[in-house]
Amino acid sequence: MAVTTDLEKIVEDAAAYLYVWALKDIPQDLRDALKAARERETSTSGQRVLDTILRNVEVADTEKNLVCQDTGIAVYYCRVGEHFPLHPARIYQALYDGTERATVEHPLRSNTVHTLTRENTGQNVGYRVPIVHWDFVQGWDGLDVKCVPKGSGSENMSFLKMCVPADGVAGVKRFVLDSIVGAGGKPCPPGIVGVGVGGSADYAMHLAKEAIARPVGTHNPDPEAAKLEDELFELLNETGIGPMGLGGDVTVLHVHVEHADTHMTLNPVAVNYQCWAARRASAHIGADGAVEYDREA
Amino acid sequence: MAEHRMSFPCTEEQVRELRAGDSVIVDGHVIGIRDRTQIRMFDHGQKPEMDLTGALLLHTAPNVRRLDDGRYEKLCIGTTTSARMVRFTEGLGRDYGVRAICGKGGLPDDAIEPMRRLGMVYFAIVGGAAALETTQIEEIEAVEWEDLMPECLWKFRVRDFGPLTVGIDSHGSSVYRDVQEEAKKRLEELYARL
Repeated sequence: MAVTTDLEKIVEDAAAYLYVWALKDIPQDLRDALKAARERETSTSGQRVLDTILRNVEVADTEKNLVCQDTGIAVYYCRVGEHFPLHPARIYQALYDGTERATVEHPLRSNTVHTLTRENTGQNVGYRVPIVHWDFVQGWDGLDVKCVPKGSGSENMSFLKMCVPADGVAGVKRFVLDSIVGAGGKPCPPGIVGVGVGGSADYAMHLAKEAIARPVGTHNPDPEAAKLEDELFELLNETGIGPMGLGGDVTVLHVHVEHADTHMTLNPVAVNYQCWAARRASAHIGADGAVEYDREA
Repeated sequence: MAEHRMSFPCTEEQVRELRAGDSVIVDGHVIGIRDRTQIRMFDHGQKPEMDLTGALLLHTAPNVRRLDDGRYEKLCIGTTTSARMVRFTEGLGRDYGVRAICGKGGLPDDAIEPMRRLGMVYFAIVGGAAALETTQIEEIEAVEWEDLMPECLWKFRVRDFGPLTVGIDSHGSSVYRDVQEEAKKRLEELYARL
């Protein structure tokens, strides 16, 4: 019993650390993608935007401040080994407590409200918040936790379409194009476009969100999905929306696609946008309570 | 595309000199405002005490720490998406004499005509660049409607605030409309390649 309680505290500490770390120190793959974007941007306003973004990342480092003021809604991805000695019900409580503690101690702006009354529900926690996604792994005793604080500017630019099979992949591409042009400067481009295809309506959006949480610029191992990523990347960067929607060459940093098999009459496509401040931070926790923080996962 | 440095509050004449695409650095005062602040002002008809004449408004809800003497210390101040608040544009200019609105992501085309008629501009800031923006805010001088925390009215004193891009000017031009029109043309070509 004592072991379980300690582990719960360890997961709570990790969650509190990950939330703040993610908000302050963006991963190297994202920094590299932003620098590459600055190099290929030719418009004056686009260059000005990207210079400001790069300057901002530096200032966040030196001032140890948040990269973006939107502390987001805390989203966690958990991979739980079947032999990890803390039950997911307790893992959830630990993530909840860690999120709340980080918000109070830092302090961080609290964003969570009751959806209908709009009253603030607490310190970035509330009913069903934080949002936690679960994966379970057989024959393993570890826990991976990834924290993805999701800002509202980009989350508001989420789109779902139930294409029909006759729309094919062309219909999927067209919907993504229309979504990103329609979003314009609102989701803080250039960012990561997450595209989920297949499954069901809800699962397609889940996949799109999972896609934006991947390391920046990674490809889907499925060759068809990877091809779609490359094609969409090229198409979206020809729209001219540009950094912050002010026009330019770089509209998106990368496109990540996740897919699931689907019903023969379904062809769902979901778009979930992640702003240029694509924050994420991970930890691997062993059954013995050893915590290893990971900037790249 | 000209580069300007200006101080707020300012006059209509100063705002009329700005053209879409110009770059601006701001000194002086900026008033933080957000969804709930404007819902109270316009939907509930309450008038704040803060003078907004000639003001530059900033779409923000800052991370702050309340000090023992009731003042607020800045922690991280950045800018939110403007489009949600477009319907307040005309009232801000007509009823309060606001001259500029700064936010991120642009205002929809509905803002172009009131801004032209009333002599107002929209400044685009780089969304998400809050660490930098915070260093450009010298002090939180006043707060009103603290019950709306963090969506209160905030009076910030700023220095070297920007760079901002004139997204919509007071002559009927909008960078966002131009970008969308061009993108729609390009989409027709891109569809053909699918």
